[in-house]
Amino acid sequence: MSIEIKDIIKPENLVYQKSSLLTDRVMHYCPGCSHGVVNRLIAEVIEELGIQNETIGVTPVGCSVLLYNYIDVDWHEAAHGRAPAVGTGIKRLRPDRYVFTYQGDGDLAAIGTAETIHACNRGENIVMIFINNGIYGMTGGQMAPTTLQGMNTSTSPFGRDLARDGNPLKMTEIVAQLPGTCYVTRQAVHTAAAVRKTKKALFKAFENQKLNKGTSFVEVVSTCSSGWKLTPVQSNKWMEENMFPYYPLGDLKDK
Amino acid sequence: MAKVRGAIVVDTVTCKGCSLCVVACPTDVIELAVDVNAKGYNYAYMKNPDACTGCANCAMVCPDSCITVYRVKAEAAV
Amino acid sequence: MKGNEAIAEAAIRCGVDGYFGYPITPQSEIMETLMLLRPWETTGMVVLQAESEIASINMVYGGAGCGKKVMTTSSSPGVSLMQEGLTYLAGAELPCVVVNVVRGGPGLGTIQPAQSDYFQSTKGGGHGDYNLIVLAPSSVQEMADFVELAFDLAFKYRNPAMILTDGMIGQMMEKVEMKPFKPRWTNEEIEQLSPWSTTGKSAARERNIITSVELDPLAFETFNKKLQAKYRKMEQEEVRFETFECDDAEYLLVAYGSSARICQKSVQLLRAKGIKAGLLRPITLFPFPTKQIAELAGQVKGILSVELSAGQMVEDVRLAVNGKVKVEHYGRMGGMVHSPEEVVEALEKKIIGG
Repeated sequence: MSIEIKDIIKPENLVYQKSSLLTDRVMHYCPGCSHGVVNRLIAEVIEELGIQNETIGVTPVGCSVLLYNYIDVDWHEAAHGRAPAVGTGIKRLRPDRYVFTYQGDGDLAAIGTAETIHACNRGENIVMIFINNGIYGMTGGQMAPTTLQGMNTSTSPFGRDLARDGNPLKMTEIVAQLPGTCYVTRQAVHTAAAVRKTKKALFKAFENQKLNKGTSFVEVVSTCSSGWKLTPVQSNKWMEENMFPYYPLGDLKDK
Repeated sequence: MAKVRGAIVVDTVTCKGCSLCVVACPTDVIELAVDVNAKGYNYAYMKNPDACTGCANCAMVCPDSCITVYRVKAEAAV
Repeated sequence: MKGNEAIAEAAIRCGVDGYFGYPITPQSEIMETLMLLRPWETTGMVVLQAESEIASINMVYGGAGCGKKVMTTSSSPGVSLMQEGLTYLAGAELPCVVVNVVRGGPGLGTIQPAQSDYFQSTKGGGHGDYNLIVLAPSSVQEMADFVELAFDLAFKYRNPAMILTDGMIGQMMEKVEMKPFKPRWTNEEIEQLSPWSTTGKSAARERNIITSVELDPLAFETFNKKLQAKYRKMEQEEVRFETFECDDAEYLLVAYGSSARICQKSVQLLRAKGIKAGLLRPITLFPFPTKQIAELAGQVKGILSVELSAGQMVEDVRLAVNGKVKVEHYGRMGGMVHSPEEVVEALEKKIIGG
């Protein structure tokens, strides 16, 4: 005895739907991009914590520069690399607000290295979200500080050369050393299970902020199918085989 | 054991045919359609609706929030 | 009280909410004074030392976006680092105050006073068409008074305002009358005063976005036109200047800040020699007193622009005078400071003798 589909699709049977904090703007991200998933999770976490009118986000310069079109909270657009400083300014003057920054690897671990390290070192009571896909997506796939050895990008067409470009930067391990950070974790969103764990991590990060425990730093190892020149499904596979060994997932610190 | 039945509704206008949901579904319910939406993407759809358990894995991995999930406990066969 | 200390005291008194800064001679006393006065215990003002001038100006950006009164101070090399932040602040139409206690440049330069940042401050040191409101104090009293004035103008026009002073006025001690304490704005007041600011998206309004990006060229041109209209309005309504002995002047000195103090003495020396000289002291460097200088150009035989630099403001004076009379520049560089007598001699040689 099978049930008609139309009998299942009824409001009372609803299990999951798009967060009300997400606007109806179609996201400009490439098909299968992890940014979309993380943007969605942030909206869900803020919605479920009921803090829409207490949250101020800081967007970076990079693929997610237009993030403020997608999540219905107040936003600051920071200059490239400066989000942690902008976030510091906001939090210091509005300690009663939840503040989070959202940055890519070029933004946070290249030009914004000083801002990142010092915000964490001061233990700024904010949530720092770090999307690490090892490439500069918005500008067309250039090498980033987290680009892996041998990884082809438009500015390392023959693969990253450690002698010339140095080693990929493990920013999450670095900030984990700083006493100011209370929660440092590295997650991913390539499977449903990983997505649920990332969401849990974001919940914890915002909870930490409420309890004034210091900086919560959530890295999400992500894919960039257009930059890596792979399909979204292949990108996930490539990420598992190449990114995860160098950027192992899991909590690095949970004070 | 009461069988759980699920169903999904895909926002075929927004779907970018990235197929992450296709590989995420534990019971191979979803497939990309042959025809395309206005943007030229092959959108996702339920190829085997009966196999859907409403576990929402597809919705979890969807970068564009295109999937709404429903689930109902089907009464045991009488 | 020292000029630098006056800025710190005045900031607390006029209800500043946040100061973010970085040490650099000759203005470190400002942050030192603030740290000593501990305003976070009295008015609740936040004072934070950042890791760089770049971080400081971006912390100001964060605070300003919340509608708070925030400021930073630095000196020439540090202000060069802040140029990116300043153009973002102008592009996002954010009110704030930046104090530049100028020292000799270029490069690491010297810690001696100078006025060689005029172009950087008034012509927009960062990219794009924008202007800062630029005030030039020439006394410790004005250092104090201009903090409040700068904030008032910044919020009136939603535009960054700069106080352009120099090491001499920063380090100089003079009597100062301090205004009474003005309470900081409450968060509720901010929501009324600055509805555009990010106070947390309430159901009553759309979300506020502090940004300077606009990818659509037509929309961005429209926005740029709006900015330009703002600057034209400033030029109509906010020009401030002071004249000294100009009524019957046959020759005119134009100087601001510490140079103006010296020129005042030069005017007296010239008059003692029977040369009718006068001084026009621009207080707002942007908007520049173009009209007033043009009028005086009709009355005098020549104009000497006197700045501690290779000559930057002289260009704006020439634009104002538009060829009516001779305009020359005189000024020491590298941190050297000209004496009144040198200015007298320069006027005689370059203008009268010329």
